[in-house]
Amino acid sequence: MSKIYLANSRLSDAKIGPLLKKFSNKVNVYPPGTCPLTVQLSLLQASRNQTCGKCVPCRDGLRQLEKMLIRILRGRADMDTLIEMKELAAMIRDSADCAIGYQSAIEVLEGLETFKEDYISHIRRQECTGITGQKIPCVTLCPAHVDIPGYIAHVQEGNYDKAINLIRRDNPLPTACAMICEHPCEERCRRNLIDTSLNIRGVKKYAVDQIAADKVEVPRANPATGKKVAVIGGGPSGMTAAYYLSLMGHKVTVYEAKERLGGMLMYGIPNYRFPKDRLDEDMNAILSTGNIEVKYGVNVGVDVPVEEIHKSYDAMYVAIGAQAGKKLRLEGIDAKNVFSAVEMLDEIGHDRKPDYTGKTVAVIGGGNVAMDAARSALRCGAADVRIVYRRRQEDMTALDTEIESAVMEGIELMLLQAPKSIEKDEEGNCCALWTQPQMIGPYRSGRPAPVDAASKEPLRIPCDVILIAVGQDIVSAPFEEFGMPAQRNVFQAGLDTAIANMPGIFVGGDCATGPATAIRAIAAGKVAAHNIDEYLGYHHKLDCGVKAPDARPNNRIPTGRVNIQERPAYLRKHDFEHVECPMTYEEIQQECGRCLRCDVFGCGKLDGAVDK
Amino acid sequence: MQITINGRNIEAAEGSTILQTARREGIEIPTLCYLEGVNDIGSCRLCVVELSGSEELVPACNTKVKEGMVILTHSERVKAARRMVLNLLLSEHYGDCFSCEKNGDCELQKYCIEYGVETTEFTGARKEKNFKKKDAHPFLSYDPDRCIECQRCVKTCSHVTGRGAIWLGKTGMFSIIDAPFGEDWKNTLCESCGNCAQACPTGALTVKRRKAYRAWEVEKVRTTCPHCATGCQMDLVVKNGKIVDAVGADGPSNHGLLCVKGRSGSFDFVDSPERIRYPLIKNKATGEFERATWEEALSLTASKFTEIKNQYGGEALAGFACSRSANEDIYMLQKMVRTVFGSNNTDNCARV
Repeated sequence: MSKIYLANSRLSDAKIGPLLKKFSNKVNVYPPGTCPLTVQLSLLQASRNQTCGKCVPCRDGLRQLEKMLIRILRGRADMDTLIEMKELAAMIRDSADCAIGYQSAIEVLEGLETFKEDYISHIRRQECTGITGQKIPCVTLCPAHVDIPGYIAHVQEGNYDKAINLIRRDNPLPTACAMICEHPCEERCRRNLIDTSLNIRGVKKYAVDQIAADKVEVPRANPATGKKVAVIGGGPSGMTAAYYLSLMGHKVTVYEAKERLGGMLMYGIPNYRFPKDRLDEDMNAILSTGNIEVKYGVNVGVDVPVEEIHKSYDAMYVAIGAQAGKKLRLEGIDAKNVFSAVEMLDEIGHDRKPDYTGKTVAVIGGGNVAMDAARSALRCGAADVRIVYRRRQEDMTALDTEIESAVMEGIELMLLQAPKSIEKDEEGNCCALWTQPQMIGPYRSGRPAPVDAASKEPLRIPCDVILIAVGQDIVSAPFEEFGMPAQRNVFQAGLDTAIANMPGIFVGGDCATGPATAIRAIAAGKVAAHNIDEYLGYHHKLDCGVKAPDARPNNRIPTGRVNIQERPAYLRKHDFEHVECPMTYEEIQQECGRCLRCDVFGCGKLDGAVDK
Repeated sequence: MQITINGRNIEAAEGSTILQTARREGIEIPTLCYLEGVNDIGSCRLCVVELSGSEELVPACNTKVKEGMVILTHSERVKAARRMVLNLLLSEHYGDCFSCEKNGDCELQKYCIEYGVETTEFTGARKEKNFKKKDAHPFLSYDPDRCIECQRCVKTCSHVTGRGAIWLGKTGMFSIIDAPFGEDWKNTLCESCGNCAQACPTGALTVKRRKAYRAWEVEKVRTTCPHCATGCQMDLVVKNGKIVDAVGADGPSNHGLLCVKGRSGSFDFVDSPERIRYPLIKNKATGEFERATWEEALSLTASKFTEIKNQYGGEALAGFACSRSANEDIYMLQKMVRTVFGSNNTDNCARV
């Protein structure tokens, strides 16, 4: 008789896999605005369902915690319940045998702190805090709150111009976002309950690929108000503010330090990711609103004092971005051929491509700028490009797709290597980067921190050029001198972009958040424009002239997500032409057909489902 | 190695647990799920103690001692945790102590009294109250309402008796013991030995006759099981001069265990009305047995044996001893057969 057996695929443990996948998808798409206590309850229920049933604290204690939480949610608890919960959770944390018990208790204890206000509100008023209420996932998670289901439906109906104008109601850079948006909108797409998130950026890209944004007429501007607003910085945030202010009828002057509009979209993001002629489509459309004058080549704070701008206008929006590359304190950093990645990309943006033919380039950093610099270096003829990063690949802040594309183009990731020094030859040129190998260690401020791998010898990475991409700084000094408050160069403003006690001065984008995404900068521009309008004494409501079309019934058939294809790596790595291929009509119809129209079905019709 | 318990320096043996060390030193740590040598799964967490340098409370039953350990067995934090454990256990332990066979002999009850947890602040949430009892078995019964899922019975059945007839019927949140005492008890692996009932700390898994007495009404008499030659030690439970139960005692050959015969078939006959209490000699005329004196009975037997031996030789006789007899008696019998009968035809049935 046999004694041991292989796993039986018919047993429930094997069959449970797909169920768990569904479960994890469901957890991932908790709609924004869900009461945190409800999520805590789900977590607790999952915890108690994971108990093996052995130990008392976990087996019986978690169930009691759940009952207390339900009592709170039902409005049948008093403040003592919180104390009881804390006592029981602490006991489970201290005495449970395994992580199923103690980690669940830790989560409850953390929740009691993090969501203290919500707990108290539920106990004292038998209500949520008032800021909760389920919202449309994509619209809410888009910082600019673009009507995503609406424009997807227009694309499906073939109304590409309407789609673009509906986008522009909240975001006047549809082309930029079609190319490079990090699409936070896709994160909790309800479609995950059936298959996976919609390719929202792909749908937008299809729209602007069918009809250029500057060929779609912008809404007519309101009659002139006679008010003058200065916008400092012609990047995504500044130009967004300029667009809405102009439509409202205010006279806008944009001060742009460089020759062309777009900021980092122009000078930071390489052409192969976002062709510059496509950026012009957005900029031309914005300028076509009529009330915008751009002063190119004017560096406010250097060429013109900030005070002067402030005095000459009724209001001012500061959106100067984070333009300076962060420096690295490293022995030998003064060697020749050591550059900041931001400067290198800026040069390329100015059409002054460095010649790296046959050279070995080392890029220090793990963010999107490091990927951009590395891939650009390859396109400047480099024979070998290596990205040197002190953590692991999964710790890189760059988008996974960017890392993947870089690797496909033959760029090597040298991971867990902390830069130590730069070696120079007799002429002072850099000839190698020395690194100290690292090992990943315990978490510090939310992510695992690297520590020196003591038993490993320093590594010599021979290279002819070193590009440093370890973050960007804000050139805040002239504005700080003028009186604008900043912490570590980051301007301090309210969620309304206004600066406390400085009426008429607004600030937003990277310079108020630290280096972030284009869509966050755009959102700040939109918020600033509306609040400047209020500040100037108006309450303009802008009509984009487009509404979302009627919804088709939900398509419930699980269908794969259509991803955007890229040109083959062996071809694309030699040029700066756009890497992405267009999507086809059939692909886009299928993709749009997967949208569940959460603006119409479910919570979409409720008051408060859409953030403005 | 040196450790410190409650401020006392103690020499501890390498490889021993905190619990073993403490108990050896007379320091009492409460346990419910722990059964020495059988169950140290650490499920009840009643034995948790505070350990210097550890944020968590550790179970004493399965944590081995280490050089320099500083342990507190009864700090306020420990006692609070134990009270919480008892509270939680009580919340899923339905039933009335008055109607429970184990009243006065229940370990849960004992600790609840010791820690002042007379009622629970929690209401049951996990188990269905009045869940189906399993009591079709002639000797044993299981009442889930009283079960604290300590798994002492499970480990006893699988690791000690080697049957594995008791397991977890439902696991996780809905954890419940599946005891084989339902209608289909005959078709299970259960041998009805009842060691599970003896292992149970509460009144959940019991020997049915346990209802007939309370712990304080009885005295125990240590004896050797009268069945096979293993020599299991047992305590006969005596109430008002009558044997009402037999429980395993810790003897060198049985370590507290008994088989079905020892536990449930070794004392009922003592008070049986059918038991032969004096010698009987059959009256050939009537065919009925009639009471005789020992003198008459032994004389008759001796004369008949002598008659047979004289007529047919010693080989015609044999002596067979009952296995319930003591070793000494059996020895004497074979001695008599060999020397007096002059025969080697002797044996006994001590091969259960």
